[in-house]
Amino acid sequence: MTSTILEMRDITKTFPGVKALSNVNLRVEEGEIHAVVGENGAGKSTLMKVLSGVYASGTYDGAIVYRGEECHFKGIHDSEHKGIVIIHQELALVPMLSITENIFLGNEHARYGVIDWDANETRTSALLKKVGLKEDPKTLITNIGVGKQQLVEIAKALSKEVKLLILDEPTASLSEKDSQALLDLLLEFKRQGITSILISHKLNEVNRVADKVTIIRDGRTIETLAKKDISEDRIITSMVGRSLDDRYPPREPKIGEVVLQVKNWSVYHPIHAERQVIKGIDIDVRKGEVVGIAGLMGAGRTEFAMSLFGRSYGRHISGEVLLKGKPIDVSSVSKAVEHGIAYVTEDRKTYGLNLIDHIKHNITLANLGGVSRHSVIDDMRELAVANEYKAKTNIRSSSVYQMTGNLSGGNQQKVVLSKWLFANPEVLILDEPTRGIDVGAKYEIYTIIARLASEGKAIIVISSEMPELLGITDRIYVMNEGRIVGEMAASDASQEKIMRAIVRGEGKAS
Amino acid sequence: MSTESAPGPQSGVAQDLQQTPRVAVSALVTNLREYGLILALIAIMVFFQFTTSGTLFKPVNLSNLVQQNSFIIVMALGMLLVIVSGHIDLSVGSVAGFIGALAAMMMVIWPLGPLSNPLVVSIICLIVGGAIGAAQGYWIAYHRIPSFIVTLAGMLIFRGICQALLGGGSSVGPLPDGFKALSSGFIPDVIGSLTLIPPVVNAAGKTIVGSGLTLHMTTIVIGLVAVLVYAYFGLRARRSRERHGYEAEPFSLFVIKTLVTSALALFLVYQFATYRGLPIVLMVMGVLIALFVFVTKRMTIGRRIYAMGGNAKAAQLSGIKTERLTLMVFINMGVLSALGGLIIAARLGQAVPAAGLGSELDVIAAVFIGGASAMGGVGQVIGAVVGGFIMGVMNNGMSIMGVNVDWQQVVKGLVLLGAVVFDVYNKNKG
Repeated sequence: MTSTILEMRDITKTFPGVKALSNVNLRVEEGEIHAVVGENGAGKSTLMKVLSGVYASGTYDGAIVYRGEECHFKGIHDSEHKGIVIIHQELALVPMLSITENIFLGNEHARYGVIDWDANETRTSALLKKVGLKEDPKTLITNIGVGKQQLVEIAKALSKEVKLLILDEPTASLSEKDSQALLDLLLEFKRQGITSILISHKLNEVNRVADKVTIIRDGRTIETLAKKDISEDRIITSMVGRSLDDRYPPREPKIGEVVLQVKNWSVYHPIHAERQVIKGIDIDVRKGEVVGIAGLMGAGRTEFAMSLFGRSYGRHISGEVLLKGKPIDVSSVSKAVEHGIAYVTEDRKTYGLNLIDHIKHNITLANLGGVSRHSVIDDMRELAVANEYKAKTNIRSSSVYQMTGNLSGGNQQKVVLSKWLFANPEVLILDEPTRGIDVGAKYEIYTIIARLASEGKAIIVISSEMPELLGITDRIYVMNEGRIVGEMAASDASQEKIMRAIVRGEGKAS
Repeated sequence: MSTESAPGPQSGVAQDLQQTPRVAVSALVTNLREYGLILALIAIMVFFQFTTSGTLFKPVNLSNLVQQNSFIIVMALGMLLVIVSGHIDLSVGSVAGFIGALAAMMMVIWPLGPLSNPLVVSIICLIVGGAIGAAQGYWIAYHRIPSFIVTLAGMLIFRGICQALLGGGSSVGPLPDGFKALSSGFIPDVIGSLTLIPPVVNAAGKTIVGSGLTLHMTTIVIGLVAVLVYAYFGLRARRSRERHGYEAEPFSLFVIKTLVTSALALFLVYQFATYRGLPIVLMVMGVLIALFVFVTKRMTIGRRIYAMGGNAKAAQLSGIKTERLTLMVFINMGVLSALGGLIIAARLGQAVPAAGLGSELDVIAAVFIGGASAMGGVGQVIGAVVGGFIMGVMNNGMSIMGVNVDWQQVVKGLVLLGAVVFDVYNKNKG
């Protein structure tokens, strides 16, 4: 028999002017994996902040009943004390400290303030074994990958005798392989009796591990589905409040002549000079064509794109770039932009936007010449441009004077896209254009991509989501370990074929 | 003073077009942060006007105030760009001291012949300042050495050179009168003065001070023209917004804002006119302030500096040459530090080893009081200028009141902390 470990009743949380949550109910049974899904801004993170005490008791209405008693958490410390541990999307580890130091940060085994490192390390080793991480406890966090860092976070949670583990988008920045390992770990925890709440956008993951799914939309609980009722279509319908018959907009490709051609492109690692990251890549894109680059994380796709875009990555770059048959110089970002190449980064917060400035200034940044004369900006023209692109890409905000830092992920992505559309490129490279974006906004981004292609732009899409590539591209290159290991028309590609190309390529590369 | 036409983030939000007083009041409240600083300056001025029994606004004192603090404001213009771009410059006081010493040596000691002409020397000094900025900016921009460290080294180096140049502890002077005019001179009255009240002459045939009111007419004309230009640009920006179908701020608020600003400016101009007219250094400062407002608000290079300070990586990937831009920001700072050094030397009439000592802190404080963010990307020219004046008025007012110099520092420190705490509190609330 299962018993209820957590019940959140009629949670209502208002911020000045906004009702973030209204009467949300969540009921989690002991020992289950409970997924919470919803579009960005639906209120998932707010709900978890209420649960973990980030928003102290009293700042919201409703009740939290945990293991039979009503709780009033005043801060994260209170909830952790009861065994509720939340692992945030952005990891909270100190890069220059070791795994041990991070796991026991603020919670060190010490006597009179003197830390017993041996005891701490022994415990760390045991914890790392539990999460399946083979690393020396003395290793610095900065020296291990994101996937392993996530495991350290989980080990840290375990060190706090966790009963209820909350994971906020744990696989957002993990490779396919690491994601699988993490999900397996969750299932293992389930066997050990640890209850988990999984917040995720990736419906296939939810499908795989969750026992129950609660769907939240616009700050309300829509429904909770039991295992037997879980299906992707049902979840999507509830999330967006309408049925998405087709997840990808239809388009009729009109493919013209070759626009961009890259020949024998090679790049070496910026620090480890002997390591060749990109090994002689040849690709081409045609007018009106959407070309995908598939591959696992670490295949070198982003490195390839960034090295192409004004040598923003790597050194000893060699190879040739031809635009409509003529060799062009792309040795700096401004030259690449001048030749009509645009690159939309995968990490829009770090590389794409000035978060402390408003939409208008962000949109015109890559093409200030387009709104100025003799280096003097025409304010009215800039405003008109910003409003035009806000409408074109359907950015949802009160006005173009809203700070981009306050926008949701999908709307931020639309601002970055607008910036590059206004630069009027011929070739648009989109790196993970829908990462961390909810289903509704994804469709809008796909629509924009389709429209750009129909306007005659050449588009390269880098994505780790294979269904997305299959859905929106005309042709797919498969990349692995710095090489192109396969090329196929999207019409006769499949996830299986792509994976097979990668696996075969792995053998070749070594 | 400003050709500003871009509305602040709040004022761009759709507002009721109906110009009822209530709308004006609510718009005033939303823009309070923008005006808060100017209100604070006015409050501080009124406070000292009382505590100094009316000395603060005396024409002589206003001239003193401007002459004593102009170098802070001139350097704050450069520092604003440095801080907005996410850096800091600790060397400005030492560079100013060094340039003052260099100028004095060139004009007084070294046998340079025609090259020792004050104008030639000044131009050479500004170029040297730019070179110093370039030398420091080179390490910061192209080798990514933290600006705090590079300019801390610069602070030591240039103070040392300044003292060595002056031969230990001695001062070099007197400087030629033509050079001193930069700080202590007034613009010539090309129109001629106007006597409002005929002077009363006493038995000895001398004018009794204060009984005759003579106005420096060129000053009055410049003041009137400046106010008219200000109102014209304000109106033009409104028209332009309306013509393009966007809502401008309520007309009543615009009128009040323009009237208050103009009245304040005219009052100060009138005070100057009853004395010896506008100080030359005030004119230099005014032109620079207008230039920097224009550059930061309207020019692409200004926009790029803000973008770089807000997110350097994103700016770089948008095609902005961040290294070159950083170098230019520091060259600009070097030139303005040199100008600050010339102004100091001109005011003292000689070069002294301690010239500009510690002024980098006043300059940085002015920028932060003016609302700039230590993280970069945020800050306004007008804010830095008002911040500089707040520091200046406090210096001046407390000196007249006879407050001990030690305690003056304590008060200035508290005001800096208070201003930034207020700003951060406001941002978190908003």
